Parts: sequence; structure tokens; C-alpha cells
Amino acid sequence: MKFGVLRFPGSCDEVDALGAARRVADAELLWHGDRDLKGADAIVVPGGFSYGDYLRAGAIARFAPVMESVIDFAEDGGLVLGICNGFQVLCEARLLPGALLGNANRRFTFRQVGLEVLNSGGSFTQGCALGQRLSIPAKHSWGRYHAEEETLAAMDRAGQIVLRYADGENFNGSVHEIAGVSNERGNVFGLMPHPEHAVDELTGGSTDGLKIFESMRLTVEGAHV
Amino acid sequence: MSEDPGVATAGSATASGIASAQQPTLEDALALGLTHAEYELVCEKQGGAPNQVELAMYSLLWSEHCAYKHSKKLLRTLPTEGSYVVMGPGENAGAVDVGNGQVCAFKVESHNHPSAVEPFQGAATGVGGILRDIFAIGARPIAVLDSLRFGEVGGDRDARARYLLDGAVQGIGHYGNSIGVPTIGGEVYFEGPYEQNCLVNAMALGLGEREKLVRSAAAGPGNTLVLFGARTGRDGIGGASVLASAELGEAGSDEDKRPTVQVGDPFEEKKLLECSLELLERGLIVALQDLGAAGLTSSAAEMASKGEVGIDLDVAMIPLREPDMEPFEVMVSESQERMLCVVEPANVDAVRALCEKWEVNSAAIGTVTESGRMRVFDGAELVGDMPVRALVDDCPLYDLKPEKPAAPIYAPPAATLAKDAGPREALLALLRSPNIASRRPLFEQYDAIVQSRTVRRPEQADAAVLAIDPSPAGGEDRDASVPGEGRPIPGLAVSIDCNGRRVAADPYRGTIEAALECAANLACVGAEPLGTTNNLNFGNPEKAHIAWQLTESVRGLGDACRALEAPIVGGNVSLYNEGATAGPIYPTPVVGMVGRLPDVRRAGRLGFARTGDAVALVGPFVPSLAASELAKLWGEPLPDGLPELALDAVVEAQAAVREAVRAGELTSAHDIAEGGLAVALAECCLERGLGAEIEVDRPAWEASLFGEGPGGFVVSGGEDALRALGERTPVRTIGAVGGDALRISLPAEATLSTTLTELKDAHGALAELFG
Repeated sequence: MKFGVLRFPGSCDEVDALGAARRVADAELLWHGDRDLKGADAIVVPGGFSYGDYLRAGAIARFAPVMESVIDFAEDGGLVLGICNGFQVLCEARLLPGALLGNANRRFTFRQVGLEVLNSGGSFTQGCALGQRLSIPAKHSWGRYHAEEETLAAMDRAGQIVLRYADGENFNGSVHEIAGVSNERGNVFGLMPHPEHAVDELTGGSTDGLKIFESMRLTVEGAHV
Repeated sequence: MSEDPGVATAGSATASGIASAQQPTLEDALALGLTHAEYELVCEKQGGAPNQVELAMYSLLWSEHCAYKHSKKLLRTLPTEGSYVVMGPGENAGAVDVGNGQVCAFKVESHNHPSAVEPFQGAATGVGGILRDIFAIGARPIAVLDSLRFGEVGGDRDARARYLLDGAVQGIGHYGNSIGVPTIGGEVYFEGPYEQNCLVNAMALGLGEREKLVRSAAAGPGNTLVLFGARTGRDGIGGASVLASAELGEAGSDEDKRPTVQVGDPFEEKKLLECSLELLERGLIVALQDLGAAGLTSSAAEMASKGEVGIDLDVAMIPLREPDMEPFEVMVSESQERMLCVVEPANVDAVRALCEKWEVNSAAIGTVTESGRMRVFDGAELVGDMPVRALVDDCPLYDLKPEKPAAPIYAPPAATLAKDAGPREALLALLRSPNIASRRPLFEQYDAIVQSRTVRRPEQADAAVLAIDPSPAGGEDRDASVPGEGRPIPGLAVSIDCNGRRVAADPYRGTIEAALECAANLACVGAEPLGTTNNLNFGNPEKAHIAWQLTESVRGLGDACRALEAPIVGGNVSLYNEGATAGPIYPTPVVGMVGRLPDVRRAGRLGFARTGDAVALVGPFVPSLAASELAKLWGEPLPDGLPELALDAVVEAQAAVREAVRAGELTSAHDIAEGGLAVALAECCLERGLGAEIEVDRPAWEASLFGEGPGGFVVSGGEDALRALGERTPVRTIGAVGGDALRISLPAEATLSTTLTELKDAHGALAELFG
């Protein structure tokens, strides 16, 4: 099982994501200008400020050559995880519904946040229990999730709202406290908090983020059996 | 020497004066900040009057900012050698050995004057500048800290202070967050004398391999100079001479200085960083230097000077942001995010190809020569020709004329607490006061965890702690976060500090205290100092009383660093922080100290964590209200001098606490600073939400609860551990951990009792500044 972690100019958390993925499987960085996914079984679109977040967060990265391959990979059912800026990129690429707007508190904010698992059956959270509380750091200025009510209702019915902020933790003002969503098929998942920064008690405040990477490994290896 | 201090406008008297005159005159030289005698010396070195390009270059390199002409003689008295020092002052950053063939590079720099003019960009480009200094020696930046000073907040006349605070904090966050370097600590004080001249100092740390460090000396005549990074524009022309070497608020309005404060682009710098490190990793370059204050002028001249070579440069080869720039403008531009390197001719194509991979501009702009001269060409035309030595080394150095002021320099602060307020009211007022209240509303705007090294985040411990290897407990040792099992995980600790009010009261002892405070913070996490950096922020050194502050302060810094065996490996000087009407800032010698700890799994925390632990007051602590935070709230004037301190006993107490933390014997350790014992106790309760019952048996609660001074710690742990600690340094058990309140019984007063909620509410007072 191998993770491919994208690297755009301006990515910041790609090495952290690489380290997190290597705790559960092989992992390799993939250059933005290169269309080759090098046989990766799952893709991580990491956090940071791709292309300086100029124009709009994620808006330029979405057009990078590597993203063409990632879009094809997702359409073939491959697992794609977008973290923070990666979540923004996946929304810009229309691989995920909705959009990320400026935080309600209008500032970049770094905080360890509590999350609740709303769907523990999916490819990214099968290692979690329903209703389980996760402690994972969040750090961003454009993290307020937004989608039309109609879309949200459909997403809710389809189990696409995977993670919500626990009570009092939604500093960015996301609609319905949404922290992480998947596409309808369940093979593309984006979240604003950083699971790759919660893989070690010493530096992450918890190891809850590892559950996401572990779930992805289980999904890929299960599919291979 | 690579602060990027902004700015003069293209339309200002200086720049336009020069631009209009083909052959500049003495008046032009004076307008650019040279003295009459300095101009004559330039003429002598040049064998005639300098032309426009030459005068522009001399005026920058001979400015206070580049030549350190009022501070160099003092700086030479500082200790700079020690067993861990790998690179000392004079390089882009200092570096100390951290074991395993690795070094930690670090340095602090100021960006005060630009931040006073435009705080967001001023602070952002300050961070950008210090980061370039770190990767210029081949180290990857791993952390940023900041040290900030503003005028008073909280009154009805605090609009300027709040504007500067908000802008500076957002600017620091913008740059550090966007480039993927964590901001892990810092300090901020609010005092009247900083109202017109705020201070924005940024410190950065990097990690590199000892064998792969690169120096900035140009070497190898025939080698090529390659400039890479952002294009060169008209921004920041004359910043070093005009902004950073004169008082603000005088010649012309500060508003005039704003339009060309450089604008930072962290995305460009992120590419520049990765590109520079890959160039070094592949061994493609001979020398590397960032472009900071005075731009290409200082970078090229300093590289030539250090390598004892000459340099020929062609301004026509430099990629420009706007057409029709004059040669002197190109040479003095302070456009951000640029680097200069020396490359063997055979490697030029490879260097430029790598720049292209990272989408970074590059151009071969000159060659290293044997001439010992700095020659500037515009195509085929020679437009400037100067001896390198004259430019870099021959600026006259001045002796200070220090004199202790006969009368107080600083007005007393406004009283905000009645002198008859009781101990409970005083404690809550202190926790609410801007110098003590929680910094959470500031540090929450910074990414403190990117790069996966941060073991102690802000407010968890007295010093920030980083594991040297990222995600230390990863791989096979996945369960190795338990101390005592598996192999130790070595780490770094870092602290930055300076209480300017105490330095103003006593420049010698106040500066010693600043260094001791840093070392105490390191001791509380279990780290011993390896080296020190400093940023001397003072007023106009040509005035006798400022010269006295500076002289005494540097004497204190030297004595403290010798006692701590923490030599100075680099630093920065920012003078002229005063205005015609505002008066000088408090003397503010900001000290940054880096230490090493053998195992981050045992890094100390500051908060009480175990009910039933004994609480002890540790160290040769002699609390005094002189220049204390409580005296400030009472509106008292600064005293003339601080109490004597027992330097050796304080250093010994720090060693004792450090060893106990390393051995895992203490549950918590916190040093006593602003607000004295009671504030330290409150902070210990608040970190993890656990109260304490304390008994203070000394009379005069004002001094025993709120008195300040070096050498005191609040620790918690088992009785046996405290007894063992008592064999090395004074230890007095004063209570026990437990409950949801802080209660302090006093000999002649009612017991001071506050719930944790009350403490937390008071401590959260700064949130309203960022509403």
C-alpha cells in the first residue's frame, strides 16, 4: 500500500503528511508539474498555501498538471484525502461539494479542536466509532464550510457529512458545524483540521489523526484482498 | 547585518536630490545621512568626489545600520566563543552544535522603523528577512519567535497601539504561516515610551548539517555571481540610511515614508527557500548571501570583503520589476525575497535550471575578480568603481560619550490601581494587566506545529521545546513516547525576553536579568543554554544618557552570558528609536537563548498536574517592588537602580532546577517573573485547571506576593524530590496542589481566595483587543 502526497509550490504540510502516512504504509511525494502518480494507491492533497493562495485558496493548484491525474484517479474510485488547503483544492476541482469561506472570526486561527464522527462506515473513518470524539489541531483562515441547504440535505442523507465540530469548537463558523465531508461515492474526503498533525502524543496532543490514515490503509488493503 | 528596514520614497528629498544631480555635491551627501567629515573621507578614499552610484553605495554602507559605527566598539566586548559555537557573529546567522553532526542556526533582528510606518508589511518583511538569514547559511528554518513592544492599551487613547499590535501580529502570522515555519513563542510588553516607536523583533532558528554549512565569503576569481529570487524594483531605496539611522517624526512626515515600505511575498520566499536548500544540497554553489538592508550594495560588497576579492557587476543584467531604473536605484533597492550566490562557471547552467524548476527568476550578473574593487557596470559603461575595503571596513567608528542622566528620563506611568487595594484585588488587576494577561489571542494567530517538531506549545511551558527529529516517536518506536523506555529524543528549547522597564531602571542589572530570565525559562523545561543572540533596541546613541544606557546594558549582557556560559553568536542593533517629542524608548536589549535537552519526553511543563503534590518556592529569590508590575499599576516612577543580585547563586539555582526536571522528578516548574509569586502561582493553576492551597508566612504581602527579582521558581512534585532539590538551592515548601481555587493564607490579612474561573476571566483580558 502506497500513499502519494502532492507537493505544490507553497505547500507547507506535505512533509508532515508524508511522515503520517509512513506510519501506516509506504508514501512518496508527487511533484505538481508531473502527471505520473507513481502507482500510489491513495492520494493526499496536503495543507499549506499552494501558489500563495493567490486569487483564491486552492484556485490555482486545481489546474496543476498533477491534478488532472488526481481527478481521473478519483473518478476511477481511488481514495483522495484533502487536508485544509487540500480540502480547498478538492472543492475548487469539484471533487467535493461546497466551498470554504473566510473564518467567522476573520483571522488565521490555530487551535486544538474536538471533532465528532458522524459516519464511521466510510473509507476514511472505518477505524473510528460512530459518535467518537477526536482531538485534532486546526489552523487556517479560510475554513468556513458552506453549501446550499438543498445540497446539505442531500449530503446528510447520503452520509457525506463525516465529521462535525464538537459543541463550542466551530471557531470558523462552518454551516451545521461541518468539519469534514466526502463525495457521494465516498472515495474523496476533505477536512479542515489536520489529522497528519495528530499522529504522535509528543507533538500532536493526541494520536487521533492516525485513525484517518489507518482507515485508508484498511480500505485499500481490503479492496485488494 | 541584514535587517530590511524600509524605505525612502522615490519622491523624497534624498532620492530625487540624487536623481536630478549628475555630479552629487556635499549637500546630497548630507541629505543621505553622511557627515561632512565622512564625506571628505569618502572623497579621499575615492581620490575625488564620488559619483551618484558611488555616493549612494557609500551612504548606505556607512550608515549606522550597516556599519554599526556607534556600537561596534561595545559589541567587541561581548563573549563570542564557547565549546558549542560553530559560527559566531559576522555571518548571516550564528550557529551552535546540537550533536549528531547537526547545528542550530539562530538570530534575532529588528524591523522597528518599517513597522512603525506600516505594521503589517513591516512585521511580515521582518520575518522574511530573518528567515533568509537562516537559510543563507544552509540551515532549514524550523521556528520563529517574536518580541514586540507597543504603547499602553486599555485606556481611551490607545488607538495607535492597538492598530500597530493588530497589524504586526497579523503580519508575523501571514509570513510565518504561509511559508510553513512555526511561530512557537515570543513576548510582548505595553509601555508608554513605545507609543511612537514600537519594536518588532523577530528571531528564527534553523537546523543544518555541520559539514554542509555555507559561508558568505565570495571566493574564486573568475566565478560567476548569480542573483535569484524576486525581480528588483524601486521599493525601499535608502531604507537603511534614512529610516533605520534617524529618528522618526522629524524631517518630513512618517506618512511620506509609507508608500514604498517593501511588500513581502511569502510564496516567493517559500520557493526561494526550497530552491536555496536544494542548490546547497547538490553542492552547486560556493557562497550564498541574502539581500537585506541596502540590497545588492551590501550583499555584494560584504561577500567581496569577506573573501578579500573584487566584484564586477552589471546592472543591465538584473531582472527589473519596472523599466528605466537608474543604476544607483538598482544597487540600493531593498526589494524582498532575493539571494546572491557565487557559482563556478561550469555550474551556472545547472543553478539556473534548478531555479527554473522552483519557478524562481535567476540571472548571472557579475564575476569575482582579483582587483579588490567593487565595479558597477551598466552594460559596457563603468558607472561606479570603489575599493571594497573602503566601502566595508573604512567607515569611521565613534566612541560613545556616556553619562548617567542627572534627572529621570521617563515620566511615571498613569496609576490604574489604588494603593489601598487588597491582595485579591491586586492579583486580579495584575492578571488583567496587558503585560501579564494571557497571550493566547496573539499566539492563536500563529501556526505553532507545522514541521511536526513542537513538543511544548505556547503557554504549556516557560520555553518552547522542539524535537530535533520531526515526529520523534514515529516509525518503529511508535510507542516510545514514554520516558525511560526506548532511546532518548533530543531536543532544543528557546526563549526570548527583555523587561525594558527594569532595564530603564538599571541598564546593567536589568540586562543581566533579561539573560537570566531566558536561562530560567530553559531550566524549567530541562535545557542548558548553548548560545545567545541579542537585539539592542535603544534611542539616539549620540545623546549622553542613551550612550550610558547602551554601555551599561552591553556590560551587563557580557557579564550574564559569561556567567551562563552562553556566548553571543550573532545579533542586531537598532538605534535612534526616539522622536523629537516622544522621547526615547525604554532601553530594550532583547535576549534570545537556545538550549538543548537530552530527552524531550521529559521536557518540563509549567502547570500543576497532580493533586497532593507539594508546592515549593525555589531559589535565592529576594522579592522587591522596585520596578515591579504592581509598582507600575500604582503609578510609581521608575526607581534609580534595581536591588543587587547574586549572579552565581541564581545560575546555581537554575542548574538545580534543570537537573531535577531532566531527572523527571518534578511535576511542574515555572519561573517567577512579572507579577511575582502570586501571579506565577495563578499561571501554574491555569495551565491545566488545577488549584492550590498556599501559605505565605512573611509579613508585608505586597512584596512577598507581588515582588519581583531574578532567581525564583515555583515547582510542584513529591516531598522527596523537593528535599533533594533543597540540597543544592534554597527550597521552601509553601503549600499543596488541589481543588478548583487558588487560596493563599497570609499572616495579617484575610485569606486571598479566588476560583479558577475568576483567574481565567481576568487572565483572558487581551481578547477584547482583537474583537
